[in-house]
Amino acid sequence: MEAVVFFVCAAAVIIGALGVIAGRNPVHSALFLLLTLVSIAVLYLQQHAALVAAIQIVVYASAIVVLFLFVITLLGVDKQEAPDDAHPVQRVAAVVLGVLALTGILVLVHGNRWVTGSPSARGGLGRAETGNVETLAKSLFTDFVWAFEMTAVLLVIAVVGSVVLARRSGHRAEAPVAEVPVAEVPVAEVPAAEPAAGERTPA
Amino acid sequence: MSRLLALDPLLRGSVTWSVFVVVVIKVVIAFVILLLAVLLYIWAMRKVIADMQNRIGPNRAGPYGVLQTLADGIKLFFKEQSIPDSADRPVFRLAPYLSIMPAFLMFCVVPIGGTVSILGHQTFLQVVDLPMGALFILAMSGLGVYGVMLAGWSSGSKYPLLGSVRASAQLLSYEAAFGLAILGVLIQAGTLSTHEIAVQQQWTNAWSFVSHWFWLKTFVAFAIFLVAATAETNHPPFDLVEAEQELVGGFNTEYTGIRFAIFYLAEFMNVITMSAIAVTLFLGGPSGPSLGFLARDNVVNVWLVPMVWFLVKVLALLFATVWVRASLPRMRYDRLMSLGWKWLIEIAILWVLVTATVQVAMVEDWNRLLAASIAVVAAVAGYGVLYASMPKSGEQIEEFR
Repeated sequence: MEAVVFFVCAAAVIIGALGVIAGRNPVHSALFLLLTLVSIAVLYLQQHAALVAAIQIVVYASAIVVLFLFVITLLGVDKQEAPDDAHPVQRVAAVVLGVLALTGILVLVHGNRWVTGSPSARGGLGRAETGNVETLAKSLFTDFVWAFEMTAVLLVIAVVGSVVLARRSGHRAEAPVAEVPVAEVPVAEVPAAEPAAGERTPA
Repeated sequence: MSRLLALDPLLRGSVTWSVFVVVVIKVVIAFVILLLAVLLYIWAMRKVIADMQNRIGPNRAGPYGVLQTLADGIKLFFKEQSIPDSADRPVFRLAPYLSIMPAFLMFCVVPIGGTVSILGHQTFLQVVDLPMGALFILAMSGLGVYGVMLAGWSSGSKYPLLGSVRASAQLLSYEAAFGLAILGVLIQAGTLSTHEIAVQQQWTNAWSFVSHWFWLKTFVAFAIFLVAATAETNHPPFDLVEAEQELVGGFNTEYTGIRFAIFYLAEFMNVITMSAIAVTLFLGGPSGPSLGFLARDNVVNVWLVPMVWFLVKVLALLFATVWVRASLPRMRYDRLMSLGWKWLIEIAILWVLVTATVQVAMVEDWNRLLAASIAVVAAVAGYGVLYASMPKSGEQIEEFR
């Protein structure tokens, strides 16, 4: 039974991965990515990592890929890509690097047991029925609280940084508009625009 | 001890044929119940709204028009299906199913009764009791976005695309408030399993509905949950997804026949599932006073009474949704966004902080009232600082000009 689930999901993961790179349409690629992510979540479940599986779906499948799709549909880049690329070297380089990375992973897996070895650095996973939430929470908020908080700070910095960058580029675009001499603005436009702003203030 | 309750006793031992049969029966029954509930809910909704607006409502098919939805379904089933030329055909075909699957799966973790024995196996009256059931609810409600989004995109025309972009922005925005509201319950319950949350709200005395049920202990989270769940299900007053006068019909404009019916089904299935989840998390699930003149382990008290209580609570919430649908006008889009981002998420975060403080005070044996009031004051001050630093709506418009 376990083997059946594993092979079905593994096949889905690989089909999804191939679909992502082979798909000509970005939306189709995103959907194949979704297939891969959900199948990986099932594989996590099979390893009794229920929490990781749930987070895999909540974060990756239902937030990040949705964001990808959102950007694709909003920016209208959902056109079919032309098969000929500008840099023919890229394709060769990608294949070579991919093979190298795969060899690296295979060598590591073969030579060491740390990939498939003991299930956890923090001792047993706890009972399967609690979904290891407690074990994870305990180590996260005791021994690894520093790393945990630092990660949180890092994320906040990233968010603040992206907001600042977005605002700055906005100001640059506005700058030429501000240089227009005031006299050139037709007077009639000012009262027409103000009620529109006034209407929304009570909110 | 209570930890062990988080797994269905049915699946503890080895899986035999009778266990398999029980699981299959449960899945089939849950699916049938949900479909029937949707049929009846749509009929009841039309009848109640008609009553509120001094109309008669459906009254032709069957007694009181109760078969109206069935007739509509049969009509849609035999209708010709059209796919626009500019549509992305595989995705266009896939989208309705992506919409209905999460709606059904979410219902699977809802306990609709107590612990019963079927074919000699003790089991819970819910399809599955996952150890991370609450996270599963969040995951499925997140996956529900795909149906709407892909339907709009794959239609290959403007209105559906606009509708779906709008819908996915709305769903993503309210997802956060929705999750944080659920977190308010989880902190107090100390578990992620829906069955165990229901067990913690058991009916022990006449005041259990105040002292044990979570709606009062987490009243802020309850309010936020109701608003966010309404927005998550695209139910009025948050039904901007299908604002007819702007978008023709929103994401499902190009859909006809059975595919349209599936979207319709998924939408109402979501409303019912969300009500069931609200009942489970906040209103005690299937708990309620049992019949005193019968023994506690009488078959009526074990099977029927919890189900009736569950049904009564869900029906009350569903009636409230219909009431809201009949009385509130649709919100403006910018108000919708500012409600989600500027109010619900902040209040939900601060409420989580307050709940966590009280919970720690209980464990550490501090003065609970003092800890709670300090936390509330800090939360209100925190929101004040946040609110003062937010751009007012007038300023925002200035900025865009």
